[in-house]
Amino acid sequence: MATDLAALRGTRAPTAREIPHTVSPGLWTLAWRRLRSDTVGMVSLVIVAAFILMMILSGAGLIASDWNREVGVNYAPPTFLGEEATATAPASITLPGAGNAAGATQYKSNIVDPIGDVIEALKAGKTPGEAASTGTLPPPETAEEKSVDPLAEVMADIRKSEASKAAAKPVERKATLPFGGDKWGRDVLKKTIKGSETSIFVGLAAATLATFLGTVFGAIAGYFGKWVDDAFNWFYSVFSSIPYLLLILAVAAVLQQKGIFTVILILGLTGWTGVFRLMRAEYLKHKSREYVQAADAIGASNARRMFLHIFPNVSHVVLVQLSILVVGFIKAEVILSFLGFGVPVDVVSWGSMLNEAQNELILGKWWQLVAATTAMAILVTAFSLFTDALRDALDPKLKGRAGA
Amino acid sequence: MSAYIIRRLWQMLPTMLGVVLLVFFIFNWVGGDPAYVLAGKISNQEQIDNIRRQLGVDQPYWVQLGIFLKQIVTADFGASWSTNERVSHILLTRLGPSLTVLVPLTILATLISIGLALAVAYVRGSFTDRMVMIVCTVGLSISILVYIIVFQYVFAYKLGWFPVQGWGDSFIQNLFVYASLPILIGLVVSIAPNLRLYRTFFLDEINQDYVRTARAKGVSENRIMWIHVLRNASIPIITFLMAELPGLLLGSFLIERFFSIPGIGREVILAVERSDFPVIKAITVYVAFATIATNLLADLTYKAVDPRVQLK
Repeated sequence: MATDLAALRGTRAPTAREIPHTVSPGLWTLAWRRLRSDTVGMVSLVIVAAFILMMILSGAGLIASDWNREVGVNYAPPTFLGEEATATAPASITLPGAGNAAGATQYKSNIVDPIGDVIEALKAGKTPGEAASTGTLPPPETAEEKSVDPLAEVMADIRKSEASKAAAKPVERKATLPFGGDKWGRDVLKKTIKGSETSIFVGLAAATLATFLGTVFGAIAGYFGKWVDDAFNWFYSVFSSIPYLLLILAVAAVLQQKGIFTVILILGLTGWTGVFRLMRAEYLKHKSREYVQAADAIGASNARRMFLHIFPNVSHVVLVQLSILVVGFIKAEVILSFLGFGVPVDVVSWGSMLNEAQNELILGKWWQLVAATTAMAILVTAFSLFTDALRDALDPKLKGRAGA
Repeated sequence: MSAYIIRRLWQMLPTMLGVVLLVFFIFNWVGGDPAYVLAGKISNQEQIDNIRRQLGVDQPYWVQLGIFLKQIVTADFGASWSTNERVSHILLTRLGPSLTVLVPLTILATLISIGLALAVAYVRGSFTDRMVMIVCTVGLSISILVYIIVFQYVFAYKLGWFPVQGWGDSFIQNLFVYASLPILIGLVVSIAPNLRLYRTFFLDEINQDYVRTARAKGVSENRIMWIHVLRNASIPIITFLMAELPGLLLGSFLIERFFSIPGIGREVILAVERSDFPVIKAITVYVAFATIATNLLADLTYKAVDPRVQLK
């Protein structure tokens, strides 16, 4: 339309394409640009994203959903160690006929085993029908005999079911597993993935809860000031007077039922103090700024000013705090679960893996310890580096003050 | 100065009352009737009734709160629900072992961290600096549990350099035999975060004008770092250390648990495992009071080391 008018006037107006892009990039665009140019930050972001993807896939039951299955021999060593180490594994516990493809732990029973021969034959590559005929079961009867024997039909059924059982039940317990196996022969790799799901979910959820509480309390205290501020400050000083781990343990002591959500609640309800202190200071600083006065002038309500006007201007502080809390809560969850005050026993977490690994180490089975430790170290390192990069990107003035 | 201290002491009261209310809320309201917990521990119904009467469970909440306040003031929390030991006796006897490990640990960790941080800050930006920072970051991300498990296994169980666990009666033996591996682990765990933090304190000072002035008038680099920079950076370091002091009372839960050191931290874990509420209540309240007191002490020290600070 503008072009038409310009044409009427006989002058050529610049088209939209030609107008130089004068809108200055916002805080988030700038921060994203800075983060993109930060190699360490981007690499750690990718690692963190991969872990979160793993958590989602595992939570949706797409991977590692069968972590509880006993797929290997007891304390199956990692594949790269080879089977030599299985010499100490208690082979006698493995099921009869459980000799695996590699034939590492062949079990031969003294008890007469009616289907043992059948299984042997099956292994030799025969079809179930042929296999059944080699077994100790009487060979299939002729039509003539069938007419005489009243149990012929029943016998045929038994024979069929034995054969199909033998075919369907190759209790294949592997001698080695990619990352080794635990006491019951469960796959450590799958346990680690499932454990990541628990630990990361608890960390993210608890950090979100704590950040939410800290932000709301801090916003109210800083914005309203006066006696409201005094009240929240009193609340804050009470919570921060009790050492954090002691407070967590005290709450864990009285909450009788254990569960993932109990852990999230404990960590979230006790961990909001740091966010509160920062947010209160931010709101105190922002509430008298001109844009807030302008919002007041056009009749914006208190809640609107607090959360629609001020909040976007302080949200970068919230994000960095959230990121810091996730790391802290993942570590706290591991310790709680290790002590048995965390997630219930039927849920695997890095903490419960470390608890099992502690006893396994004495037996020389170190792989579960290494798997859980490595997974946790990679995630926590990546998350810490990402937090540093995020802070640098959002607040370049602070650059180089990592760890402060 | 004294007016300031009196006012601060007066201001501590609401916070202390708040701690009492919070602990009361957690144990008497969230925790509910202790009869359920006690039923699993004591078979004698008469004894359970006795404990419930002492706590005033069947009376209104304000009476229960009054009983709790009296317990705190008189330091008489009755007997442990599990071992029947007096709670006050538990607190007093567990303090020594905790301090035996944590006082030397804190002193050593502080001195080593300051030395290393000064050195790293001096070569800031160099390859060494970056490597040390990477090692610290990675070291920090490994759970303290792993350090304890691995160190105990390697140095005590495999190599036999230290006893696997235990605690004796003689202070010297405890300090040099039983506490040495826990102290070593504590050092490994605490130096990484301290080093990172102190380094930033030093970096803040190194770029100040007074350092340039000192250099311009020909002061040696050693003197600049150890006298000028260290002295100014000691203000945030002392503040940080004071904030860490209440942790001394608590011990390190995990180290004490793994090495069977009969300290306060292990007592807390045992009490949580056994639902021994009187012990947890007493420890929580007193440690919180100690924290409030050290906060005041921290502000006073701050004033003492930095005359620029105005106490309001």
